[in-house]
Amino acid sequence: MVLRRRHVVCREAVDLIADYLDGSLPPRDRRRLEAHLAGCEHCTEYLAQMRTTIEAAGRVEPDDLAPEALDELTELYRRWRAD
Amino acid sequence: MSDADAALVLALRAGDEGAFTTLVRRYHARLLRLAATMVPTPSVAEEVVQDTWLAVVRGLDRFEGRSTFKTWLFRILVNRARTAGAREPRTWSLEGPEEGFEERFDAGGHWQDPPVQWTDTVDDRIVAADVAHRVKAHLAELPEGQRQVFVLRDVEGVGAAEVCDLLGITQGNQRVLLHRARARMRDILELEMGRG
Repeated sequence: MVLRRRHVVCREAVDLIADYLDGSLPPRDRRRLEAHLAGCEHCTEYLAQMRTTIEAAGRVEPDDLAPEALDELTELYRRWRAD
Repeated sequence: MSDADAALVLALRAGDEGAFTTLVRRYHARLLRLAATMVPTPSVAEEVVQDTWLAVVRGLDRFEGRSTFKTWLFRILVNRARTAGAREPRTWSLEGPEEGFEERFDAGGHWQDPPVQWTDTVDDRIVAADVAHRVKAHLAELPEGQRQVFVLRDVEGVGAAEVCDLLGITQGNQRVLLHRARARMRDILELEMGRG
């Protein structure tokens, strides 16, 4: 997406934030976005919430391993080894 | 390539049952979680994961270490899930951003319904645990393609190129799906945490 206006409005900033989060925003767009963020508490909050969401995703714990599941798989392994 | 599982793989090749159970403890629940993003029921997910472990022990000789063990494991899982009926990416619906999202901006593109701050607590650890718990609870609400990319990239930490390879999607598709997933998850969390 090529932005022809010098100044970024909020709706555009939200789109730029996608690539910004991945570090893949080209330098010129990054500077334009950062200039906008410096003066916009709403987009700054949006970015913070996106970061929180991503960080939280990285902390999602898987469910506990059911003991029966481990027993079944161990049995499977032993049978395979015995063959 | 540094592989956190390398020692376990070596031991498993040597027939060490303890290495097998350690790998199961390390990955079984995560495999179930990934399978759940791809197949419709928990029982199918369990079958897929059991087939995956079987394929691992039978096929371990063929693992050459060119990828990490985790990537190889996930690849087997994705293949087993597809065999069990998981749909190909070309069948994914092109679910876009929430319709209501556009209405939060005025005609000039400025926020007219801006994001509400989620919390004013200063204890980041409590906030982090709480949000993680909520993300987990709402994973199933993401559309299929978004869910798979989000779980692989952000929950499991698999790299972009590997995810494209695992799922058989382009870099462009992967980026769009990931961003939509993140934006939609943020929207879902906002309903719980910030608004109303």
